[in-house]
Amino acid sequence: MIYFLLIPVIVYFVIFSYIPMTGLVMAFQNFTPKGGIFGSPWVGLKHFADFFGSTYFGRLMRNTVMISVLDLLWGFPAPILFALLLNELRSKVFKRTVQTISYMPYFISMVIICGIIADFTSSEGVITDLFVALGGERKNLLGQAGNFRTIYVASNIWQSVGFSSIIYLATLSSVDQELYEAAALDGAGRLRQVWHVTLPGIASTIIIMLILRMGSMLAVGYEKIILLYSPATYETADVISSYVYRKGLQEFNYGYSTAVGFFNSVINTALLVITNAVSRKYSETSLF
Amino acid sequence: MLNKKSPSRRVFEVCNVLFLCLIGFVFLAPILHVVFASFSDPVELGRKTGIILWPAGAPTLEGYKIVLNSPNILSGYLNTAFYVVAGTVISTLLTIIGAYCLSRKSFRYRNRVMLFISFTMLFNGGMMPTYMMVRNLGLYDSRWAVIIPSAISVFNLIIMRTSFMEVPDSLEEAARIDGASDLVIMVRIILPLSKAVIAVIVLYYAVAIWNSWFPAMIYLKDRAKYPLQLILREILLTNDTSIMNSSADSVRNVSLYAQLVKYCTIVVATAPILCIYPFIQKYFTKGVMIGSIKG
Repeated sequence: MIYFLLIPVIVYFVIFSYIPMTGLVMAFQNFTPKGGIFGSPWVGLKHFADFFGSTYFGRLMRNTVMISVLDLLWGFPAPILFALLLNELRSKVFKRTVQTISYMPYFISMVIICGIIADFTSSEGVITDLFVALGGERKNLLGQAGNFRTIYVASNIWQSVGFSSIIYLATLSSVDQELYEAAALDGAGRLRQVWHVTLPGIASTIIIMLILRMGSMLAVGYEKIILLYSPATYETADVISSYVYRKGLQEFNYGYSTAVGFFNSVINTALLVITNAVSRKYSETSLF
Repeated sequence: MLNKKSPSRRVFEVCNVLFLCLIGFVFLAPILHVVFASFSDPVELGRKTGIILWPAGAPTLEGYKIVLNSPNILSGYLNTAFYVVAGTVISTLLTIIGAYCLSRKSFRYRNRVMLFISFTMLFNGGMMPTYMMVRNLGLYDSRWAVIIPSAISVFNLIIMRTSFMEVPDSLEEAARIDGASDLVIMVRIILPLSKAVIAVIVLYYAVAIWNSWFPAMIYLKDRAKYPLQLILREILLTNDTSIMNSSADSVRNVSLYAQLVKYCTIVVATAPILCIYPFIQKYFTKGVMIGSIKG
């Protein structure tokens, strides 16, 4: 009986996850929709060679890594810090208020967030006004390649810090109060208490979140990039996944796009596996 | 417990409160700006610089009149309503079935199937092969292309499965002794005890589908099928003003109203979510904890 129940679920994964994996063969072909998989000429590793040798490769790798690293550097600690600060509040009402306000941006859709960003950073936008007030030139900030990473990372933090802090706040509340008392008796001030009691208490949560984060390092969310970038900012904004989209679905270079996407998936998987293995070795926490 | 507070601790607490007030303002300010700007007079709006925390000029509903009369916004909303309802139902059903089967210890192939499914989180064909699959299935430009390919989230399935495994075995055993089949056990025993996690998963799917625009963008050609987010993208990000000209009295100066209409569109599209949000946010916090991996 149970096997019958499971059929639709298995079928779903076969059709939408596993069969497309066989489509990766397009990466080795000069694919045309007319020829299909069996009728398109084989070109072996040509697409990969073209990609690695192209002038864009360096730029794409650099952008993807830089945006990922900056996003990680600023965006990963932010919810932890936010949770720690909230945890120090004595007024429960104030804490809940700030928390509730902080989740709000998370529920606003990506399109709207980007619409707001585009408006605020346009030449008459609010953020541009602030920029001018601090001595900058009045320009369309989003159209300047140099600003892209800052805008991207800052808006990520704005949108997700509240929601991401939930899991840390939950773990923080489970840290044994007696440990704090013991530390205080030993003469530890609040800062030391945080260092020796709080952080170790939430360490395993932090590590799991970090592993999950690392796994999507190279999958820099193409949706937001595609919504925000423009040819003027390709220099810093174009990442591997947005390039895959452009080559495949705008320029219809199916084989090449699949090859680049394949490369991307492989690296992501490798990163996830490596991070998981490292974590398993040096702490007891791991995802699998 | 000794409760002496050193002066530095007091200073810290005050600074912390002030800092978090500032942070709270930073979260709220953009939203307030958009809301108040949407009620502003378009001429004053163009002239003002800086954050708007009160309608500029005389409050007007002109922008809203244009937005609410736009047929694209209406069709966008209707389409999204369809996608959210149909998509959430389908996704939740499939996830429940999958989670149930994979939570039964008696299922011999449980671990193998779990691996089969989890692997897809690790690696997949990528954008192009999936696109070709959808096309080959004849789903291009069909509303189902927006719902079916992303029907099951492995992440949600794992959350639900973990929760189903918490139901005591004794209940299932007792039911089996009474001759209940798997379907009966799923419906009569597991589901009634899992209302909380099902509510959370329904919410996760609904919000994800509400926000989704990319599948619609690549699979749909017919504007009449576009979900709201895709329509919004056209209005907000591609500077396509044709949306606004479809209202009855289009004798307006479009560029004058362009920015005002953008703000009104944002409010019209986000207001429902922000109103429901206070009621559902506690489910989200619960959900995150149910799914948290006990390291």
